[in-house]
Amino acid sequence: MGITEIAFYILAAIGVISALVTVTARHPIYSILGLVTCFFSISGHYILMNAQFLGLVNIIVYAGAIIVLFLFVVMMMNLGEIQETSKNLIWKIMAALAAGCLMLVLVAALKVSDNLVSAQPDNNIGLVETLGNVLLHEYLVPFIMTSILLNAAMIGAVLLSNKENKLQNI
Amino acid sequence: MNIEIISGVSVQAYIWLSLILFAIGVFGVLSRKNAIVIFMSVELMLNAANLLLVAFSKMYADTSAQVFVMFTMAVAAAEVAVGLAILVLMYRNTKTVNIDVLSKIKG
Amino acid sequence: MAAESLYTAIIGLPLLGFLIIGFLKNKISDNIAGILASTMVLIPFLIVSSVFFSLVNGGSAIHYYLLNWFTVGHYSVDYGIQLDRLSVVMSLFITGVGFLIHLYSVSYMKGDKNFSTYFSYLNLFIFFMLVLVLSDNYLGMYIGWEGVGLCSYFLIGFWYKNNEYSNAGKKAFVMNRVGDLGFMVGMFYVFYYTGSLEFVKVEQAIGMGAMTPIVLMIAASMLFVGATGKSAQIPLFTWLPDAMAGPTPVSALIHAATMVTAGIYMVIRSNFLYSLAPEVLNVVGIIGVASALYAAIVGMTQNDIKKVLAYSTVSQLGLMFLALGVGAYVTALFHVLTHAFFKALLFLGAGSVMHAVGGEQDIRKMGGLRKYMPITFATFLIASLAISGIPPFSGFFSKDEILAQAFQQNTLLWVLGLVASMMTAFYMFRLVFLTFYGDYRGNDDSKQKIHESPKLMTIPLVVLAILATVAGTLGLPHVLNMPHLLNDFLSPILASSARPQGHLEASTEFMLMGIATGGALVSIAIAYMMYISKKRVPDEDANYSGLTKVAYHKFYIDELYNAVIVRPMQWCSEFFHKVIDKVVVDGIVNMTGKASLLASDIVRTSQTGYTAFYILAMVLSACFILGYFFIGS
Repeated sequence: MGITEIAFYILAAIGVISALVTVTARHPIYSILGLVTCFFSISGHYILMNAQFLGLVNIIVYAGAIIVLFLFVVMMMNLGEIQETSKNLIWKIMAALAAGCLMLVLVAALKVSDNLVSAQPDNNIGLVETLGNVLLHEYLVPFIMTSILLNAAMIGAVLLSNKENKLQNI
Repeated sequence: MNIEIISGVSVQAYIWLSLILFAIGVFGVLSRKNAIVIFMSVELMLNAANLLLVAFSKMYADTSAQVFVMFTMAVAAAEVAVGLAILVLMYRNTKTVNIDVLSKIKG
Repeated sequence: MAAESLYTAIIGLPLLGFLIIGFLKNKISDNIAGILASTMVLIPFLIVSSVFFSLVNGGSAIHYYLLNWFTVGHYSVDYGIQLDRLSVVMSLFITGVGFLIHLYSVSYMKGDKNFSTYFSYLNLFIFFMLVLVLSDNYLGMYIGWEGVGLCSYFLIGFWYKNNEYSNAGKKAFVMNRVGDLGFMVGMFYVFYYTGSLEFVKVEQAIGMGAMTPIVLMIAASMLFVGATGKSAQIPLFTWLPDAMAGPTPVSALIHAATMVTAGIYMVIRSNFLYSLAPEVLNVVGIIGVASALYAAIVGMTQNDIKKVLAYSTVSQLGLMFLALGVGAYVTALFHVLTHAFFKALLFLGAGSVMHAVGGEQDIRKMGGLRKYMPITFATFLIASLAISGIPPFSGFFSKDEILAQAFQQNTLLWVLGLVASMMTAFYMFRLVFLTFYGDYRGNDDSKQKIHESPKLMTIPLVVLAILATVAGTLGLPHVLNMPHLLNDFLSPILASSARPQGHLEASTEFMLMGIATGGALVSIAIAYMMYISKKRVPDEDANYSGLTKVAYHKFYIDELYNAVIVRPMQWCSEFFHKVIDKVVVDGIVNMTGKASLLASDIVRTSQTGYTAFYILAMVLSACFILGYFFIGS
């Protein structure tokens, strides 16, 4: 068992456990902590697969920006004090069944699919240089569009977070 | 037939991992009432999908998949910004983040 | 071309009058409407007269194509105008009598608030009547046929605010429809077997044997059903007495002089058909004489001045059908002609009387009017003499000719016709004596107001009286060795059709005339004895008994029709309304609604409003779809 294999299993275990913590924790803060742990483990997987750029971006965007956003919101609403009245057991069982059903279907789809064929391994694909080339050559227009999307999201978020009376004034 | 993408780890292992994460996300969305946790579960599902994309990118030695992951991240960031703004609004109006309160579309 | 547009004007002008008056009735004054309407009838009369004289002088019949009406497959229906000897005679008295009645109406309808509407209807009627008469094919005739029925409906129900009047209009319309259906079926038969509807072509086709005797019989009898409807013969006559609800000039024009003779005209026009179907002709004769007798009996007991005249119309029309039945087409037309004059005169006279006594129609409340309205009396008397068949008035000649023709064919028909004719004399003079002789029986108020009618009303009376007197000269009997003008005029187109008939011996013919005249005189004498010498006045309605009561109630024919046709129909409608419509149809419709309501109530419960539930449904659906695409296939 090589080092990468061991690393994979450790990271996978951390990811699954932290994901479970995320969806089951009673307090939102624990959920957020579970989620950030999960994101870190996923970033670890990216680095394992030599996708260094994505691994870093994942930490910056998800663990950095998004999780902080979540934290702010939770703290702003002071949700910690409100004890969430959990759904009843039947609902949880149904949710588990549905999720399991979906997974079952996907696994079955995987099993009946044609045999996977691998290509010539290339260790450069995840590097910043390669990714940057592809992004700025083949996907230039979508890339610029993304900036517009982010801009729009920003404006929308600002608008929505405004006080209502100001919203009506606009 | 297992295809190794990194030494000792087959692509099937990654598929399984991302499927498990995705299913956990689905379970979270379905089982929780707290809108913020539901939102986090959605993020989890997005990440599971990203992971799968990267794994396949490695397998086929194709950079495009990773570019798509980048786009997904951008979209997720935008979604979170707007979504959380909506949540704040909802909290301001109802003083709660329980999504069962929002049942106006009952037929 | 100029001539053709002139002939088009014959039917075009009344239509134009109708349109102008109808559309501008609120804009133009009553006087202008009256004058315009009268002019629109007078001009066609003058044109027809000129055509008539050119025909008398040996000119040829005018027949020209007016317009293509419609084309179906290979067959196209053209509308053409046919001004031959027969239709010219008809249109001559339609426009002539029509014009006089227009004039009369100007005065009679004065002050009515729908004055212009009335004249627009009259013009429309003249238009349709001319279309009927001048058309060169059955379809055009049918259009006119329906059109006059429509106008008749309008005018019977002219005072539509009175419920009874508008019901009378409806009754006339429905009864006519029954007859029209017969006409239509007959027309279909003719078209199916001959491939044409034009009289000329149909005649040729039948001449070449296009129709077997059986088919001929069916077609002829179907057309005759139409004639019984329009000409008020048994069994479709009950609408005519009720039709007297309309203004009196309308009764004179439509329900006495012109429209009701449309059936006669149609049979004469189709003579090529009827002559080949002698069995149908026999039926025509029998129905004619039965109607004549029936109506005469009922007429003897009626007390409403217009009802008496209405039944006398049915009776006279019956005599005309008797003439048709014995194949004497010219004689029938002759009687149509004389009848048009004296019956129009009678109705206009009755209108004049009613005008004088304030709208009263019951002859028991009249009497002694001779002193107050001499012109009306004189003309009414002339008309009564004419209809009773007293020489030398016109009715004598035409009636005598009918009876003579009937005598040649069948003595029984002759006897029955004679009896009907004698009854005619009786009830007409009963009417005259009760109305004009004796003392006035109304109240004093109305007595003060009795007056002779204005000139505009009396002039048409006088003109018609002259015509009723002299029209007999058109058809002098053979024995007098004088020319039968009408017969000579019509012989080019009707000669071949009449049944073979020799001339009666002079002595027989004189004898027949004597019997007829004598019978009429005896009837008048009886009437004189009853109503002048003994000064009898008919009893109140309730006091009738026995046969008189039955006759007074028109042999309960209306009640019979009610019981046999109307009530079952109402029951049927009731049944369809309450069971089929309310229960079955509404049930099905309501059930559809209720079912979808129920279904939506069930489906609605799935709309919980909880987001989680929708997501669950989405996930399960995604499972299903993915499963179907990846695994199922």
